[in-house]
Amino acid sequence: MATRLPHVDVVLVGFGWTASILAQELTDEGLNVLAIERGSFRDTVPDFATTQIQDELRYAVRNELFEEPERETLTFRNSMDQTALPMRHLGSFKPAAGAGGAGVHWNGQNWRFLPTDFVTRSHTEQRYGKNFIPAGMTIQDWGITYDDLEPFYDRFEYLCGISGQAGNVNGEIQAGGNPFEGPRKRGFPLPPLKRSYGTVLFDKAAKEVGYKPFPCPAANTSEAYKNIYGVQMGQCTFCGFCEWFGCGNYSKSSPQTTVFPVLLKKDNFKLRTHASVTKVLLDNTGKRATGVVYVDLQGREYEQPADLVILTAFAQHNVHLMLLSGIGKPYDPVKNEGVVGRNYAYQITSSVDVFLNDVVNPFMGAGALGQAIDEFNGDNFDHGPEKFIGGGYIALWTTGGRPILQHHLPKDAPKWGSGWKKAMKDNYLRTVSLATHGSVMSYRDAYLDLDPTYRDVYGNPLLRLTFDFHDNEHRMSNFLTDKAQGIAKAMKAREIHANPRKGHYTIVPYQTTHNTGGAAMGTDPRTSAVNRYLQSWDVPNVFVVGSCAFPQNAGYNPTGTVGALAYWTAHALRTQYLKKPGPLVSA
Amino acid sequence: MRFLPARRRVLKAALLPPAAAVVPLRFVADAHADSVAKPGQFSYFMPVEFTFVEAAVARLIPNDELGPGAKEAGVATFIDHQLSGPYGRAETWYMQGPWKQGTKEQGYQLKLTPAQLYRTAIADIDDWCSKNGKRAFAETDTNAQDQMLHDLENGRITLARAPAKDFFQMLLQNTVEGFLADPMYGGNRDFIGWKMIGFPGPRYNYVAEIDQYGKHYTMPTIGLLGRDGKRTKES
Repeated sequence: MATRLPHVDVVLVGFGWTASILAQELTDEGLNVLAIERGSFRDTVPDFATTQIQDELRYAVRNELFEEPERETLTFRNSMDQTALPMRHLGSFKPAAGAGGAGVHWNGQNWRFLPTDFVTRSHTEQRYGKNFIPAGMTIQDWGITYDDLEPFYDRFEYLCGISGQAGNVNGEIQAGGNPFEGPRKRGFPLPPLKRSYGTVLFDKAAKEVGYKPFPCPAANTSEAYKNIYGVQMGQCTFCGFCEWFGCGNYSKSSPQTTVFPVLLKKDNFKLRTHASVTKVLLDNTGKRATGVVYVDLQGREYEQPADLVILTAFAQHNVHLMLLSGIGKPYDPVKNEGVVGRNYAYQITSSVDVFLNDVVNPFMGAGALGQAIDEFNGDNFDHGPEKFIGGGYIALWTTGGRPILQHHLPKDAPKWGSGWKKAMKDNYLRTVSLATHGSVMSYRDAYLDLDPTYRDVYGNPLLRLTFDFHDNEHRMSNFLTDKAQGIAKAMKAREIHANPRKGHYTIVPYQTTHNTGGAAMGTDPRTSAVNRYLQSWDVPNVFVVGSCAFPQNAGYNPTGTVGALAYWTAHALRTQYLKKPGPLVSA
Repeated sequence: MRFLPARRRVLKAALLPPAAAVVPLRFVADAHADSVAKPGQFSYFMPVEFTFVEAAVARLIPNDELGPGAKEAGVATFIDHQLSGPYGRAETWYMQGPWKQGTKEQGYQLKLTPAQLYRTAIADIDDWCSKNGKRAFAETDTNAQDQMLHDLENGRITLARAPAKDFFQMLLQNTVEGFLADPMYGGNRDFIGWKMIGFPGPRYNYVAEIDQYGKHYTMPTIGLLGRDGKRTKES
């Protein structure tokens, strides 16, 4: 029997970026807020101290900061006619566990989506006609616009202390920035990072080809910074250990470096760690959540009553919890009905390795130290002749040169033996790599549901992922890879080696942790799980925040938009819901 | 609610290969007169297994004109330590059945933990050698060793129980890890791997150097445990 605990006003499931932001904003309203986190508490000191964190084997290879498939994983198949099998160890993506969530281990590549990304369907139909959208593609508008979200992008950027160069301030194009970005009300809080050699070479080559390269917006601080809550950050040292690691230098924006110092001091905020939420409890009408059930490490079950339940776990965990709790109608791809699990999407990436004569010292870097072009993202170019939808940025990132996972070898280099050794010695210091970061549209046959066979440690069905890359995405990605090769050729390389994304999606090699969809936001309850404020259509005192709300994925890293959505939801709660609890949009 | 960790332990025990598949391996090892383990010699490996791994990693990253290789870097010791710990036990992996062969896109679906895969594959390779009238891997010349590694890599050798390609991939991955991980894990001894490629270790601060374009970085190599990278001084 579950132990019933004292009531709180708000329960947050998970304690990463979105939970930290919502907790900070809702405790400011005087509410009692409790965050329930499955992993452990972690903080800059002692957990990420620079004397231990720069350990590639422990963190990047053995995955110390991430969720453990032993406790929670999903099953995977490419298509509905296959049997899904468990992802037995982490591969294609690495969701976090522990306080700070993926905000601890990200690179800090912090983007805004383009204005057209929020109206993918209506914009595509308007510019190219309805027939341009292939059968089975289920793209839709978000129900909000870029202009709606702009103030909240701004707030997240000033929370994080983003280093960058604005490209469009109030409609005026700024030299050196991204001329394609949506208009921003003001520039970035910090100037761009110092440039690494690789980014300088990319910048020059891209300009020669005729593009407008710009420094990538970085959640790595170029200077000391005091953020919107008065939290102090220090200048990045380019140690090259961002992604998969916590930052020991208070230089990478994370919940620890931007929110915790203020939030954790509040009497009306509580955090419970090593506690896995297994269900959201509903009353007998099924239209009101009464709290959540969680299990601690001893296997004891607790019932935590609350007035408001906000799902702030990683994208697919939010969807899993909705399915386990009966919140919203599960998606059925055969009948093409239901919404929970619908419109799962991902990211399609490729790379072009560039082998140079000069030493580029790859180990000096930062997670978001890069130079990019945006000519081929979103609808920044005419898709008519290309006959595909979507796009992506092309960037040269210099995130670091960790030897085990971040070495690049020419195409013909042997995999082992003296030849491998020679290739390592000749190339490690002299290689850069261009990345393409492509959008993935949503499809009727790409979705999440509950697995009929495999179960997690709590005895619940695992989430089942059915997903493959479609022809539209392959053609778009090949297009981007060709353009990236064009820039690579202008870099006067010794050798170029393109790694296009070929064939079926596979769960094995790491690609990105940019899993999206499954609880899409929108204006129509038949095609979206949550309304434009990320409020469940079916259970109005449940909000579901994260990249699970993306109806399809854009050609950028998602965190900037996830952070903006968290502030957008917080604003709706503070200004509307708390004054009059109930549906913010009538279905 | 059941007491979950206990249930997991039971499950893990149930997932070990059937006794008939595992127990005889002890006798395989015991059959070698010189391979009775001395207490404390290795963390996981039996001497015959260590000998195999040391010979194999010496071919995967050889000692050659470019400098010392994986054997000199202590990679066999690194792998021994790794297999005796959480990685070897697949402690964070989902290891519940049912077990099915999947597509290559579905990734690892073997019932064997990394430690079990090594134990099974090394015994299988020994068996394969004796059945085919060949000397044991560690006792053949380097050309024959290279050939056998290529054959394992490409699946041209079919082993009795362990999938050859999966074992080879794991061995190669762990070898590269041991050659290039921080020396505190037992490999990359004296920074052999890092010095070969030019990685200076976790130096932490490059603010002054990052815009010195095209210049070699000349500070001495360090590890997380300091200049010599070792946990304890060697006596």
